[in-house]
Amino acid sequence: MRLLRLAGQFLVIAALFAGVAWLSDRPTYRQIPNGFGVVMLTFVHSADRRGECRRLTPEEIARLPPNMRRVQDCPRVRRPIYVELDVDGRNIYRASLPPTGIAGDGPSRVYQRFVLPAGTYDVDVRMRDKARAEGFDHERHETIDFAANQLFVIDYGPESGEFIFR
Amino acid sequence: MRKMLRTGFAAIEQPFDRLFGPSLNPLAQLGALGFFFFWIVAISGIYLFIFFDTGIERAYQSVEYLTRDQWYHAGVMRSFHRYASDLMVVMVVVHLLREFANDRYRGVRWFSWFTGLPIIWLLYASGITGYWLVWDRLAQYVALVSSELLDWLPIFGEPIARNFISTGTLTSRFFSLMVFMHVAVPLFLLFIMWVHILRISRPKVNPPRALALLSLAALVAVSIWKPALSQGQADLAKVPAVVGLDWFFLPLYPLTNIWGNGAVWAFLGAFSLMIGLMPWLPPLRRARAAEVDLAHCNGCARCVEDCPYEAIRMVGRTDGMPFPTQAQVNPSLCVSCGICMGACPSSTPFRRSADLKTGIDLPDYSLRELRERVMNVAAGLRGPARVLVLACEHGAAAGRPDGTVVLPCVAMAPPSLIDFILSRDLADAVAVAGCAESACYNRLGIKWTEQRFAGERDPYLRARVPRERLATIWASALAVKKMEAEIAAFATRLATLPPKRLRSPLPASAVSRPTMAREPAELRGDS
Repeated sequence: MRLLRLAGQFLVIAALFAGVAWLSDRPTYRQIPNGFGVVMLTFVHSADRRGECRRLTPEEIARLPPNMRRVQDCPRVRRPIYVELDVDGRNIYRASLPPTGIAGDGPSRVYQRFVLPAGTYDVDVRMRDKARAEGFDHERHETIDFAANQLFVIDYGPESGEFIFR
Repeated sequence: MRKMLRTGFAAIEQPFDRLFGPSLNPLAQLGALGFFFFWIVAISGIYLFIFFDTGIERAYQSVEYLTRDQWYHAGVMRSFHRYASDLMVVMVVVHLLREFANDRYRGVRWFSWFTGLPIIWLLYASGITGYWLVWDRLAQYVALVSSELLDWLPIFGEPIARNFISTGTLTSRFFSLMVFMHVAVPLFLLFIMWVHILRISRPKVNPPRALALLSLAALVAVSIWKPALSQGQADLAKVPAVVGLDWFFLPLYPLTNIWGNGAVWAFLGAFSLMIGLMPWLPPLRRARAAEVDLAHCNGCARCVEDCPYEAIRMVGRTDGMPFPTQAQVNPSLCVSCGICMGACPSSTPFRRSADLKTGIDLPDYSLRELRERVMNVAAGLRGPARVLVLACEHGAAAGRPDGTVVLPCVAMAPPSLIDFILSRDLADAVAVAGCAESACYNRLGIKWTEQRFAGERDPYLRARVPRERLATIWASALAVKKMEAEIAAFATRLATLPPKRLRSPLPASAVSRPTMAREPAELRGDS
């Protein structure tokens, strides 16, 4: 009787644990539909400063503490970056990205995901980071073969000054 | 909602009580099982760390090696690590729901409730950092969603999620950082678990050995039946489109896709705020704390021994009486359960003073009031088997209309009260009806009552009290039928007993005779 009771206790606990083990990876979760992939537009880039740098006079430099002397005085605040993304001629994203930081002197950043079906696409990406009202400072156009489950990243390399597709 | 939950728990607890017995019922050991699973996770984690390699490629390969090639020890340990973590989440969630259902989070219990909140956060942080280390497709998904969630907060200059969009951006140093996090966060979790039980007297941090062994055996069986496996190596050029989610640790992750990161943070914030504020939300019920009457306290410390909340301590004598110490109540810890009154040797209804006093008493429900209620209820008892019921207000008998004296906890009744009832012929028998045995509202009330009646704990029930005229019934508030059936069966048994012989050596009128002067503690009365 005692053994039977013990077996019953074990079975109940084992069944509960088995339920927990099953739920530890089932049911599965599909985050994008079958046959789709993700195009990701993401970069971190600092636009030009809002104002021009001004050369300090020798008197102004002399008035500064010795450890803080500099020849130029540049405004901290940066311009927002304007970016557009077209796929097959259709605009899917456009935004003015403000600079980060409390003083507005940090880089602008973007991190956007677009779930698209697999296929061939014409991708156009444009960015404006200088003091101009019209036109763009950086552009890239490319036709891509986009596979299911692919993560296609559109990045920007500040060193090369070009968009990077990978 | 609370009533619904309480009904649910009572419905589950009854069959568990039958199968496991009250002492092994897992539902009465949730906190202890939480600690038990923590230790399993810690030990299995240390074992796995021997095999783990921190590197982008090597991390996954080392986990695969221990899972496949060394399955019979390291693989089993990996399953232990995974499933014990999941079980810890289950224990924490059920523990929280059960304490809520039983209304055990208000008043002085706020501390344990409130410190449970960081435990939940740290437990999840520990689990989630662990999933990153495997560096399989699930890890990739967890890394991306977690960092996107963190990036939503305006505290990081550069999006962390950008680290997980191409192989070049991720270095092996990342895994070293995650290992550090996966060790540091659980250590802090253990510290908060210790804080969580600081204010509890005799906290249960270890389950009964039999239950621990059964759990361990079940873990071995489940680990062999369904070993924890990886889900294919992470590939940052691909989206982990389908993942087997751990629904205990990651139930909110799919919601980031549906609601958005801001809404998930709002949900987490609202949940934390609600849990944090719950102890102070209305209705607030608070009886006044127990009070010590030094004239009747000889510093025996039995109240300190029995208090389930560590609300009483012994301090140096302040009234010049020839005892080294006296009891002192901390009102901010006292829940007014009355267990201390039941433990005090001065709590004897036999004492002849009209203004019945004891060493430690409840201002809102004094020993004197208890004796009066017992005598009033007893006066209304009729029939051949007069059963007087001393009922816990949280148990099945609390709502009985007749023949019942309700107490905050049955352990509030000093054993001498049973002697008093039977020797004064106030009733033919006494039934002490408390909460369900595995779910004592005041944690130790049932245990102390049984030990006092069995003569294992001071104050003892006197040997002259006929045990066949005393019944203990442990039933939850929902098990009214069970309780009534047991009382009816007890009354039937009484009819077969020989006449009661126990009589007090004092005349009945002595009870109401006014006292002449103050009584020294323990020296008067006939109990």
